Amino acid sequence: MTRFLLFLGQRLALVVPTLLILSVLVFGLQHLLPGDPALAMAGEEMDPQAVDELRRKYGLDLPIPLQYWRWLTAALSGDLGMSLRNDVPVAELLMGKLGITLQLAVASMVIAVAIGVPLGVLAAARRGSWADRIGSFFALSGISVPHFWLGIMLVLAFSVHLNWFPASGYVPFREDPWRSIMGFVLPSIVLGTGIAGVLMRHTRSAMLQSLGADYVRTARAKGLREKRVVLRHALRNALMPVVTLGAIEFGQLLSGAVLTEQIFSIPGFGKLLVDGVLYRDYAVVQGLVLVSAVLFIATSLVADMLYFLLNPRLRA
Amino acid sequence: MSATIAMAPDTRLRRVLRQLARQPGTLLAAAVVLAFVLVAVFAPLIAPFDPLRSNFLAVRRPPSDLHWLGTDEVGRDVLSRVIHGTRISLMAGVIPVLVAVGLSVPIGLIAGYRGGWVDAVLMRITDAMLAIPFLIVAIALAAFLGPDMINAMLAIGLASLPVFIRLARGAALAVRAEDYVEAARAVGASPMRIALRHMLPNMAPPLLVQASIMAATAIIAEASLSFLGLGQQPPAPSWGSMLNAAQRHMVAAPWMAIAPGLVIFVLVIALNVLGDGLRDALDVKRH
Repeated sequence: MTRFLLFLGQRLALVVPTLLILSVLVFGLQHLLPGDPALAMAGEEMDPQAVDELRRKYGLDLPIPLQYWRWLTAALSGDLGMSLRNDVPVAELLMGKLGITLQLAVASMVIAVAIGVPLGVLAAARRGSWADRIGSFFALSGISVPHFWLGIMLVLAFSVHLNWFPASGYVPFREDPWRSIMGFVLPSIVLGTGIAGVLMRHTRSAMLQSLGADYVRTARAKGLREKRVVLRHALRNALMPVVTLGAIEFGQLLSGAVLTEQIFSIPGFGKLLVDGVLYRDYAVVQGLVLVSAVLFIATSLVADMLYFLLNPRLRA
Repeated sequence: MSATIAMAPDTRLRRVLRQLARQPGTLLAAAVVLAFVLVAVFAPLIAPFDPLRSNFLAVRRPPSDLHWLGTDEVGRDVLSRVIHGTRISLMAGVIPVLVAVGLSVPIGLIAGYRGGWVDAVLMRITDAMLAIPFLIVAIALAAFLGPDMINAMLAIGLASLPVFIRLARGAALAVRAEDYVEAARAVGASPMRIALRHMLPNMAPPLLVQASIMAATAIIAEASLSFLGLGQQPPAPSWGSMLNAAQRHMVAAPWMAIAPGLVIFVLVIALNVLGDGLRDALDVKRH
């Protein structure tokens, strides 16, 4: 337990400066805007008086370090500014979308694990066989395919021609569970196949390493059945890096599958980001980048913790 | 000793080429990439039509003998646009990688060579950058810089920077401990000379592998940004913006979506296979 707390403390000590630097980077985004941020916010048809008003309202007339300090203290208390387009607090807007993105992330992860891990195990157990080659090609395709194109193709095949799944739109689970699940099938396949490819490759290489280890040789020498050797002895150890990788991939998913949400009109983080960009709602973009990064850091921390807890050598 | 150092890259190159020649998949991937390069170079000669010329009498025509891949929403030839789009996509694969390598190598070298607090500060900044998902950084940067092809490429290059910095630093750390660097230091070579003459050439293999993989990622990222209207602006052809238009006419003209996506897929898969082959040939561990 002490060892675990020490490990956690070390990781947290690294996270704090990373978060601080991250806040500077995200704050700096606003200053990348060509020219005056107030002018960019106001649009082209605003009169100078209104621009001055905006500048005062958002504190853009203050020195930059002071602007940063105000922004940071506000962000720490949960105030990420106001959305210009929706006229609601950005934090409120993000909280409303988190549940939707979370549903999509979980569904995609389920598909990724269900495909990627068994394929990786099979490919490693039958190294060099056709199963290995087909599995490896699937993984490569999953990593290489442009997901927004795969989304369009799936919509064409399964929504337009076969009419099996809805082409787009989001139905809350409480409203109609069946339609809600059906609406998530295609987008989850689109996102899941990419992650399945990554998981398959890592499971395969971790399994190959495990299958060549001494304890597996001992298990075989004891006369255990191959299936038991592969699933009970090799897979258990091979899963350690795969679990942590899965946690990191999940963190990436939480930041919103930008294009997939756009194609399937799912109103999550990704769609919010695209709308924020299209309508020049910079506070939303800034808030979203910050929250995505914090979520990613949090899931990476969980991944590290999992690795620690799963690895007996670290625990001992 | 200088003779030994001068000989080393040549023999290593020959060994790498021999290794590559033994991998038919990698050779095929290299041939595919080369074919795309040739298509990009000779696009005006190969394309059957002007990619920008509209023909309102032939709007959204399905594939035919005249238009092999059909026409788009304003009657432009899809095949000609796909051929000309190769130029943008290949540029999108090269320019962001050059930006990322150009900026990351000096930073990685400084971090790896100097170590201490310089390394600690640079790595914390890199960690913070790595925490923001790649496409989100690219989209946010492209949005704040303004929708334009050059800005999109710059945004993709900057978004891929932290991965290259980490890699360059790791390579610099590994090379720093080698005997030939120690020897150069012992004979009084300046830090600049040690970094540029002795360390940099030996840091190349992992960077080269990452560059080929990043080129694939950058091509998808450019297509994604153009799909969102943040990259190549119409009417100039790019595969991403073609898919954007295709999405709006998905039911009436599905052929508009098939070819641009398929060519992205083929090019990206070829670059990924090439990256894997180079990794094996150069004996670089996965990062």
